[in-house]
Amino acid sequence: MRFQLAALSLRRHASRTLLAVLGVAVSAAMLLDMVMLATGMRQSFATLLGRNGFTIRVSPRGTLPFDTEATIAQARDATITMQRIAGVTAVAPVLGTTIHVLGGPNPVTAFALGVDPAVQGDYELLEGREPVADALVASDALLRATGARIGDTLDVAIGFDPQIRTYTGRRRVVICGRARFTYLSADDRAAALPLASVQAMGGPDRSDRVSLFMVRTAPNVDPEATRLAIERALPRVTALSTAGAIAEAEHRLSYFRQLAFILGAVSLIVGFLLVTTIVTVSVNERIGEIAIMRAIGVSRSHVVHQIVIEGIGLSLTGAAAGLILGVFTARWLNSILRGFPGLPDAIDFFLFQPNSAFRALALLVASGVAAGIYPAWRAASLPISATLREEAVG
Amino acid sequence: MSGQPLLLLRDAHRDYPHSGEPVHAVRGVSLDITQGEYVAIIGPSGCGKSTLLNLLGAIDRPTKGSVTIGATAVSTLPDKAATHFRLTNIGFVFQRFYLLPVLTAQENVELPMAEAKVPATERRSRARELLGYVGLAARADHRPAELSGGEQQRVAIARALANRPIVLLADEPTGELDARTGGDVIALFDRLNRDGMTIVVVTHDEKLAGAARRVIHMLDGRIVRDEPLLRRA
Repeated sequence: MRFQLAALSLRRHASRTLLAVLGVAVSAAMLLDMVMLATGMRQSFATLLGRNGFTIRVSPRGTLPFDTEATIAQARDATITMQRIAGVTAVAPVLGTTIHVLGGPNPVTAFALGVDPAVQGDYELLEGREPVADALVASDALLRATGARIGDTLDVAIGFDPQIRTYTGRRRVVICGRARFTYLSADDRAAALPLASVQAMGGPDRSDRVSLFMVRTAPNVDPEATRLAIERALPRVTALSTAGAIAEAEHRLSYFRQLAFILGAVSLIVGFLLVTTIVTVSVNERIGEIAIMRAIGVSRSHVVHQIVIEGIGLSLTGAAAGLILGVFTARWLNSILRGFPGLPDAIDFFLFQPNSAFRALALLVASGVAAGIYPAWRAASLPISATLREEAVG
Repeated sequence: MSGQPLLLLRDAHRDYPHSGEPVHAVRGVSLDITQGEYVAIIGPSGCGKSTLLNLLGAIDRPTKGSVTIGATAVSTLPDKAATHFRLTNIGFVFQRFYLLPVLTAQENVELPMAEAKVPATERRSRARELLGYVGLAARADHRPAELSGGEQQRVAIARALANRPIVLLADEPTGELDARTGGDVIALFDRLNRDGMTIVVVTHDEKLAGAARRVIHMLDGRIVRDEPLLRRA
């Protein structure tokens, strides 16, 4: 009967209960969004880095991948050295550069990657075939910008000398495929060519050089040990495991996480105070009834349970509504934030992870229990005769 | 007076702190009420009638002295045991009825039985029976707001009888009723007493006091007169 009484007490002031539930729902939605924000970026970054099974990134010493324009010399030897390290199953060299597609009214500038198509992890081929010499695969944005299609030939240059106003490293290449680039946004104009082609187009400055190696390790091997082995074998590089990259990203995003934590905590406190206020007001209105219930033999525990159930009812209903509201607002905010230029398509700011979400909402419901305890304790501790006397006078 | 002693107060005192000074609401009251009695406690406002009733009903504890109901020394019971004792042994009726507004008449009567863990089918049947006894069988599904004051008080009486108490304690049960509906309540108490229920009622209502078999007069926390009335035909 205590469940029935709790439900009926909440229904007694339906509009007030509805407003309280809406308030808790907004609080729950914000808490959920902050949890999704705090954990989502980390998780989506980890998922992005873990794609294609590459566990280590090797960049010029003291730099992070593509953080600078520095390159690693003697790339062929470095590849062989790394391939000999125990646990390494694949080494994918990548040379990043800018290319200019000529021939149209205005040159189109794009980001180009020189890769080994056999082991690359930078793009997913959507149509066509892998690039061989004097061929490239292009992103949809590049195809749109150039108006070209698979099979067309492009006049491509890798540099521009402003003194003589001449493009350098020119070459005619065939578009052999269409690709989605893993670490770039859908709006980025990008192309991938065989590594040797990019190195040749870049002349002596790019010869036998790469920007980055991506290294795949065997499943039973600790990437951290392999990372250390690479750094020992190649003193001029910095090797970064996926775990290390995530830690680095977390460090850089720590303000985001702190902000999310603070706003999440505020949401939780607001939800707690809201439920406490509503339940306290409700109890104060029913002081006389509660005293009578106690007088006719209704136990303290019944009173406490009933009032705590009311708090849980408000929190639970609010949390359920907040779950829906939170997911929708997160999707909306995510679509706004993902619109920032240069962000990889695969990055999500808000990522719904059931465990984290339900833990956060469970915390909110637990706060609802706590919110009901104070007014419940107060109601159950009423001196019956004094309360009845005051009620009779009142 | 005849029958078994049921309620015994011995030198019961009840003091309340008020603005740092004790208020002596009940001062050394000793009282025996036997089974089947119908007792009215009367006196001016603030003379300690309701406090005495609360002591008799184990709602309150004496500052000094003892209260025994049946064989149980209720003045020494811990709160949990006192609560259970009230639930199973004492029926309360209050001036303001205090039915739970969210429950129907039937559910209000069922509430003490649900608390006493009476099975649902049994309590439904008992609640119907009690509402029939107080003449409200047809109003079982109505909420208090849909009932008149007299009807609400009769539902409260049915609720007080739910767990078959050994005594019915009523504090100004006709205080908020007009003469006609108050008369209905008086008649109901009379019928209950004839059916064997021990009743103690605190009242200013002369008609209600006149219906009792014994009238206790209080003044300043003390019993100043205790007189049996002549039995009516």
